[in-house]
Amino acid sequence: MNTVMRGKVWKFGDNIDTDIIIAGPYLTIRDPDKLASHAMEMVNPEFAKNVKPGDIIVAGKNFGCGSSREEAPYVLKRLGVSAIVADFFARIFYRNAINLGIPLIECKDAAQKFQEGDTIEIELEKGIVRNPRTHEELQGTKLPDFLMEIIKEGGAIEALKKKLKQTPVQKKARK
Amino acid sequence: MWDADKVVALIDHWTPAATVDEAIIHQKCLEFVDKYHIENWLGMREGICHVVFPQKGFVKPGDLIVGSDSHTTTYGALGAFSTGIGSTEMAVVLATGELWFKVPATIKFEVSGKIPKFIMGKDIILRIIGDIGVEGATYKTMEYAGEAVRELSVDGRFTLSNMAIEAGAKAGIIEPDEKTIEWVKSRTNEKFQVVRNDPDAEFEEVIKMDISNLEPQVARPPSPGDAVPVSEVEGIKIDQAFLGSCTNGRIEDLRAAAKIVKGKKIPRGVRGIVIPASKEVYTQAMHEGLLDIFLEAGCVICNPHCGPCIGGSSGLLGPGEACISSSNRNFIGRMGSKDSKVYLASPLTVAASAVKGEITDPRKVKQA
Repeated sequence: MNTVMRGKVWKFGDNIDTDIIIAGPYLTIRDPDKLASHAMEMVNPEFAKNVKPGDIIVAGKNFGCGSSREEAPYVLKRLGVSAIVADFFARIFYRNAINLGIPLIECKDAAQKFQEGDTIEIELEKGIVRNPRTHEELQGTKLPDFLMEIIKEGGAIEALKKKLKQTPVQKKARK
Repeated sequence: MWDADKVVALIDHWTPAATVDEAIIHQKCLEFVDKYHIENWLGMREGICHVVFPQKGFVKPGDLIVGSDSHTTTYGALGAFSTGIGSTEMAVVLATGELWFKVPATIKFEVSGKIPKFIMGKDIILRIIGDIGVEGATYKTMEYAGEAVRELSVDGRFTLSNMAIEAGAKAGIIEPDEKTIEWVKSRTNEKFQVVRNDPDAEFEEVIKMDISNLEPQVARPPSPGDAVPVSEVEGIKIDQAFLGSCTNGRIEDLRAAAKIVKGKKIPRGVRGIVIPASKEVYTQAMHEGLLDIFLEAGCVICNPHCGPCIGGSSGLLGPGEACISSSNRNFIGRMGSKDSKVYLASPLTVAASAVKGEITDPRKVKQA
């Protein structure tokens, strides 16, 4: 996996909750593309139509707050979002995104330093975010190594498969 | 499957299925629990997991519990450490019995004062989230303590822990006392060990609040953190009143609401929806005559499930409509149309608003 990334910015504000990312009434849609077509529609109906693979979300505080629904990071991944930069993330969203192999960087004030449509450069392993338009470089929080490993494996399931090959789990004998 | 005996599962979203897609999701759940021999499968018979699991004795003080729902924080009210995770992570837990955790810092809320009449746990937690904000406890544990928390029933305490997630918290813990222990012992014979704070426990912050003069609180849409005294939103017309959810669908909640609506009729333009949160609550409410009271007032009563709280079945809102709700989230479009509004409040405030057709201070409604 390439840990140096470059993509077009989609900007969102503070407290983008999981219902905004993908609303409850859509959660029973089983076709992944149909489900993803509703991503963010309450705050930006153009997003799901126009986002391109490799694009990057830049948002404010508490991105992904609310529900544990994994469909939230899932629809963003399905649409090709390659990374998310935010002031900070809500806890469950943070875990869910990493488990699906979506790189995250917590970077204070990034939302102020980028405009919609800017290009953003990310050095994931260093937690660095750059804006080529303004030549600004921001130091975000680097993911801990063990989470970086999950990202590199492509998500928690891939990482688990690899781990189980090396050290199988002791299963409890069934009664 | 690492240990099927440590797994308990049910369906509470979209039950019974109202669409074929929902039915297929439920089919898959049943296939899964059969395939992996999960004995503790409760289907759609029991109600909302966060109410059912403690009632059925699956939660004990000192337990470490993860659930694939954000309101898993609820069990903290019994002194368990419980938190929500996603479905991929749950797959890892089911396969290995292991998960990574960062030990969170704790914010302690010392709630003092005698709980005023017509004030419930919901008003306290709405005020707390209003004060610290929806990101005020992100990654942290909220611990609720003080005489007012002790005064709350176990039902009321569940409401506090349930909504910890609305401030971003990982857990919402209440140290068990005699009430907790008696409650748990009435539900399970299994042994448990109460975990208490060390005498020198460190808290990141201790926030003191006195609720002696707390007014009923309402969280305005679209944020559970936008709590204001009911007086600031009084008179806003409502189209629907919802009493239920894992936050406030317990017997104490139904009893409180029934006292207000008894002998009254909700206006013809208002839909009153009552969803007892579990079979136990439903049965109890039935035997106590509470369901009669709600039906007489013009409410409908649904089977125990999440209902409109997650924008599922049983009570979606149309464009421009407003709902006063005893549930936990009022995000944009949470309960239906993106042009609808959800106001969060206690069961008492929901009931008072239902009978008046507008947001109403429960202290101003005559009780039967």
